Amino acid sequence: MTAEVTLLRHADVLVLGGGPAGAWAAIAAAEAGADVVLADKGYCGTSGSAAAGGNNLWYLPPDPALREAAMDAREAIAGRLTERRWMERVIEETYHQIGRLAGWGYPFPVDEGGVERRGSLQGPEYMRRMRRKAHRSGVRILDHHPALELLATPDGTAVGAAGIRRQDGGGRWEVRAGAVVLATGGCAFLSGAFGLDVDTGDGHLMAAELGAELSGMEFSNAYALSPAYGAHTKGLMMQFASYYDEAGRPLELGDMGTARQAVARLLADGRQVLARLDQAPPGLREAMRRSQPNYFLPLDKAGIDPFTQAYPVRLVMEGTVRGTGGLRVVGEDCATTVPGLYAAGDVATRELITGSVSGGGSHNGAWAISSGTWAGAAAAAFATRGEGRARSRPAGRAGLRPHGPATGAAAEVVRAVQDEVLPLDRNYFRTAAGLRRSLTSLDRLWTDVAAHLSGEGRGALRARQAAAMVAHGRWMYRAALARAESRGMHQRLDRPEADPRLARRIHVGGLDEVWTAPEEPKEAVA
Amino acid sequence: MIEVVSQDRCVKCDVCVKVCPMDVFALGPDGIPVIARQDDCQTCFMCEAHCPVDALFVAPLSGPAPAGSPYTDEAALLEAGAMGRYRAVLGWGGGRTPGSRLDQNHVFTARLAAGSQPAEETPAGRRRVSGEPSA
Ligand SMILES: Cc1cc2nc3c(=O)[nH]c(=O)nc-3n(C[C@H](O)[C@H](O)[C@H](O)COP(=O)(O)OP(=O)(O)OC[C@H]3O[C@@H](n4cnc5c(N)ncnc54)[C@H](O)[C@@H]3O)c2cc1C
Ligand code: SF4
Ligand code: SF4
Repeated sequence: MTAEVTLLRHADVLVLGGGPAGAWAAIAAAEAGADVVLADKGYCGTSGSAAAGGNNLWYLPPDPALREAAMDAREAIAGRLTERRWMERVIEETYHQIGRLAGWGYPFPVDEGGVERRGSLQGPEYMRRMRRKAHRSGVRILDHHPALELLATPDGTAVGAAGIRRQDGGGRWEVRAGAVVLATGGCAFLSGAFGLDVDTGDGHLMAAELGAELSGMEFSNAYALSPAYGAHTKGLMMQFASYYDEAGRPLELGDMGTARQAVARLLADGRQVLARLDQAPPGLREAMRRSQPNYFLPLDKAGIDPFTQAYPVRLVMEGTVRGTGGLRVVGEDCATTVPGLYAAGDVATRELITGSVSGGGSHNGAWAISSGTWAGAAAAAFATRGEGRARSRPAGRAGLRPHGPATGAAAEVVRAVQDEVLPLDRNYFRTAAGLRRSLTSLDRLWTDVAAHLSGEGRGALRARQAAAMVAHGRWMYRAALARAESRGMHQRLDRPEADPRLARRIHVGGLDEVWTAPEEPKEAVA
Repeated sequence: MIEVVSQDRCVKCDVCVKVCPMDVFALGPDGIPVIARQDDCQTCFMCEAHCPVDALFVAPLSGPAPAGSPYTDEAALLEAGAMGRYRAVLGWGGGRTPGSRLDQNHVFTARLAAGSQPAEETPAGRRRVSGEPSA
């Protein structure tokens, strides 16, 4: 990356990413007295999965019985990878912060009994308000300033980041800071899922370049149903769906828990599957429309009435966005294994509260709020220690500073990664042989990318994203290979049962050499 | 994907250029945005939601609309009232009620929770996979 620095700023805390996790982090850091800069690849307020999709939340009033029951219910499906203490903290923090959001004027609905219902956030409204609050808290927001690399001291402390100013001539920006919060979201591999193409795993790569570790990367194969022509993966309404084959014959696929896998099998076999919301009681249909407008809008635009017309569906990959893996956090403040670097939202592992199953649907949104708040406050505290004044170097390598002649084309790399990670037969239905085959390709691709890939201006971002996706794919499949069993969303055709000895988290890391290591199991709590 | 920027309606406010998360628009010479990088469009409808005069139309397709598609026919879209629908359901714009006030998701999440019996490691029969996103 050769662009000249055209914007240089100093801050106590630099937040990368302006989805909910980044916005909550920036607000918390500012409220702790820090001078905060937030840089987003896109636009803080519209960018990221919550803005586009909206969030139902793990929102529970302070009723101990209710909260216990909610934690029990999740533990029963989470594959024994959660920690009760983290669940309790997230529930409490989310409840508290949503109360503040109400105070800032978010227009929650009021039910028949006159009670505000605060468990659901409509995306555009939520994120518009979060931007406003961040702004009013004194956060300096840089939109269309994607970060490409971290800045680090010689001893490896994160002290800022640099990137490109994509709408201002493509020059380089640098922010020197006392601490950095990564809130760059998960990685959906540019699958086109609505709202998720900004989430390419850049933050994971930047962190790994400073030695950060990841966890739960085998739980990275979330797929969701959308109309076959589109990419709108809103799933809540599918609880009313019946499915049909290409000839219009009803398919008996069971309830929502089993239907998705059966649909995946059929689609992977090249069959067509159609859905219709037959089971929606007429009296509920208006409420359905009002509650999930971005499920209905793409159908309305296509002239399809999903209550009466069956429409073809497909499964769109959402990777670690609605998967659970990400950067490993090593403290209650969401510190990563890198000093000065904190992780919030989907860039961090969510295993602690949702285990081996998707947290999309309630847990991930709550995690973004709580982890953002904790990471922001902790980064502010770390910054006051003043380590950020030290000398720093830019840490970016693959896709940015190739060690050989620059010849690579980002678009080809992206296609090559997608060939390995998008097909249902590779990633939804996993086998050891398939994973090994994909890893051979991805490892070769990495060697190539590290040696040759780079770009200028907008091309620099494209190259870096491509590199991040290769890294993500390798961590994901290496972890999937290490987990020689089926658990939660990680389904191995060759190992269809869960292995009790693997009821523990698996760490993964490394760039040129990728390693995995099972976490030492804790004493079972009786 | 984004298909239409209405020359007649656009008031050259630049909002879409700023809010598009994927940086799809560029400012045209006359100040009206042009669709400069359609391939990058992620069909998120955010530009539609934020355009103050309903000058944009995003087709529901994840690829570009084929030539001659009604999704690119501005006159027909205007006629059908197809522009500005997202902003209307969000309740944005003067005199509207925020759409979030009509949100009844609690009904549907409660219904789902009541109907689900978790069992990840079911020994036999149909394996219930609960790793599925649902919202
Ligand atoms: C369709 C859908 C529905 C969902 N529904 C629910 C639900 O009902 N309940 C629930 O709990 N969860 C749900 N989720 C998950 C939830 O939306 C996410 O967990 C949450 O948005 C995570 O917040 P985040 O800020 O970490 O990531 P995001 O919201 O994805 O934001 C990431 C931000 O980082 C920015 N960024 C990326 N790379 C860079 C870079 N290099 N430099 C600077 N900025 C960068 C992006 O532009 C973006 O603004 C859903 C997800 C999807 C896809
Ligand atoms: S937001 Fe609407 S009015 Fe503003 S520049 Fe874009 S198209 Fe024109
Ligand atoms: S739909 Fe989304 S990605 Fe496409 S142009 Fe509009 S704001 Fe940009």
